[in-house]
Amino acid sequence: MNPESFMIMRHELVLTLAFVFILVAEVFTGERNKEKIKSIAVALFAIVTAAGFLPAATGSLFGGMYEASGTTTLMKNILNIGTLIVLIQSYTWLGRPENRDRIHEYFLLLISTLIGMNFMISSGHFLMFYLGIELATIPLAALAAYDRYQNRSAEAGIKLILISTLSSGILLFGLSMIYGVTGSLYFPEVAAKLTSVPLVIMGFIFFFAGMGFKMSLVPFHLWTADVYEGAPVNVTSYLSVISKGAAAFIFIIILFRVFPVISMTWEKVIWVIAVMTITIGNLFALRQKNMKRFLAFSSIAQAGFFLLGFIGGNRLGMTTVIYYALIYIFSNLAAFGVVSVIAEKTGKENMDDYDGLYRTNPGLSITLMLAMFSLAGIPPVAGFFGKFFLFVAAAEKGFYVLVTIAVLNTIIALYYYLLVVKAMFINKSEAPIASFRSDFMQKLGLAICIAGIVVTGFASGLFEMIRNLSYGI
Amino acid sequence: MIMNSGIPLEFYLVLATVMFFTGIYGFLTRRNLITMLMSVELILNSVNINFMAFNRFLFPGKLEGHFFSLFVIAVAAAEAAVAIAIIINIYRRFTTINVEDVNQMKY
Repeated sequence: MNPESFMIMRHELVLTLAFVFILVAEVFTGERNKEKIKSIAVALFAIVTAAGFLPAATGSLFGGMYEASGTTTLMKNILNIGTLIVLIQSYTWLGRPENRDRIHEYFLLLISTLIGMNFMISSGHFLMFYLGIELATIPLAALAAYDRYQNRSAEAGIKLILISTLSSGILLFGLSMIYGVTGSLYFPEVAAKLTSVPLVIMGFIFFFAGMGFKMSLVPFHLWTADVYEGAPVNVTSYLSVISKGAAAFIFIIILFRVFPVISMTWEKVIWVIAVMTITIGNLFALRQKNMKRFLAFSSIAQAGFFLLGFIGGNRLGMTTVIYYALIYIFSNLAAFGVVSVIAEKTGKENMDDYDGLYRTNPGLSITLMLAMFSLAGIPPVAGFFGKFFLFVAAAEKGFYVLVTIAVLNTIIALYYYLLVVKAMFINKSEAPIASFRSDFMQKLGLAICIAGIVVTGFASGLFEMIRNLSYGI
Repeated sequence: MIMNSGIPLEFYLVLATVMFFTGIYGFLTRRNLITMLMSVELILNSVNINFMAFNRFLFPGKLEGHFFSLFVIAVAAAEAAVAIAIIINIYRRFTTINVEDVNQMKY
C-alpha cells in the first residue's frame, strides 16, 4: 500500500485509529478517571471530523471493492459532522453515575457503526456493501440496549436487532437473485449485465424491501417508533439522523449506479412508497403524545420526502438528497437536543409537559421552535429550501401528482409541528418545567445546530458545491 | 466444470425459496425470541444455498458466490451473538422471552 491509498480511505483509517486509541485509553485510565475518557473521545472525534476535510483523494482500492469519489467524501463529512453533534449532546448524559464505568463502550460502539456506514457508502461491490451495513447495524442494537437497567431499552435493542437481521436476510435474498442473472457483484459489472427480466425485478423488490426496513419506509416502518422510544435519547437521535442519512445515501448511490436499466420499474415502486410513507408517517405523528415517538413518526415522514429526490434519477435529485440530509441533520438534532436536555434535567418526555416552557426556559423554546420550523419547511429557515428543491427535482421529471400530494402533506406536517410550538408558547400550565441552566456542552451542541439551520439555508454556495459533486443516471 | 450433475439447479432454488418463506413464516408466527432468531438464520441459510447453487451451476469459473456465503455465515454468527446477549438481558428484566410479554411500548 502506498501513501495515496491511505489518503483514499482516510475516513475509515482515522476512525479506526480513534477506535483503537479510545480502547487503549480505557485500559490505562484508573477507576477514578473514567470520566476523562469522554473529553478525550469528543476531542478526538473533532480531530477526525477535521481530518475528513483534507483535500479529497479519489480512486478505488481492493480491485474496485472500495471506491472513493468527491461524492462519497462529501457524504462522509456530513455524517461526521452529525456524529460530532450527537457526541457533544450526549456528553452530559454520559456523566450519570450508572454510565460512568462504561463510557468507553458508548464511544466504541458508535465509532464502529460510523466505520460501517463509511464502508457502506464507498462500497463498489455488494459484499463490501453488506459488510458495511451489518457493521453499521449490529453495534447499533447494542447501543439501543445501552441502558441496561431499563426494560424499555432492552426491548428496543431486541426489536432493532431482530428487524435488522430479518431485513438483511430479505435484502440478501434479492441480491442472490441479481447475482444469478448477472454473475457478478461489482456495481459496474452488475449495471452492465442487468436486463429487465422477471428474476431481476423480483430480486430488486426484495432488495428494496430490505433497504425499506433500514430507511424505515412505510410498509416496513413499524419497528421505528418502538425502538426510538425505548432507546436512550442520544442513541435515538443518532439512529434517526445519521443511520437514516447513511441508508438514504447508499440507497440513492445504488439506485443510480446499479439499477439505471430498470429505472422505469423503480420509479413506480418509489412513487407508491413515497406517498404511503409521507401520508402514514404524518397521520401517525398527529396522535403521538410522547416527544420521542412524535419525532420518530416525523422522521418516517421525512424519509418519504427523501424519496422525492430519488424518483427522478436526475442530478438535481441527488444534490437535493444530500442537501436535505445536511439540513435534516441540523434540524432533527436540534429537536432531539432540546428533548434530551429536558429529559436529562427533569425526566419528562411528553408533549403536555412542555406547556408553558417559554416562560421558564425561553432559550430552549426558541431552539425547539426553530427546529420545528425547519422540519416543517417554513421559509426563512433551511428546511424550506431543502423541501423546495426536492419538489423541484421531482417536478423536473413530471411527477406533478406526487409533488401535489407531498405539498398537501407538508400542511398536515405543519399542523403537528406547530402543536409543539403552541404547547410551549401559548398553552398555560399549572406546573411548567422549572427554569434551569444547561451546561456548556449542551449549549454548544444546540448552538452548532442553530448555526447549521440558519447558515445552510442562506449559503447558496453550499448547494452549488454539492451540485458539482452529484450525478444523475 | 460440473461433476455429478444429477440434481439440476432448479431443485436447489426451490429448496432455498421454501426455506426462505419458512423462515419468514416462522419469524411472523413464533412467539419465542430464540425461535425467531432461528427463523432468521433459516432465511440467511437459504440465501447461502442460492448463492452457492448459482455460483456452481451458472458461473463455475468464479468464486464470488462461495465467498459471499462464507461472509454471510460469519456475520450471522456475530448477529446471533449480539441478539442472544440482548435476549439474556431481556430475560433478566422481564423473566420471560416470549415476545407477547415484552410489550412495554405500543402505539
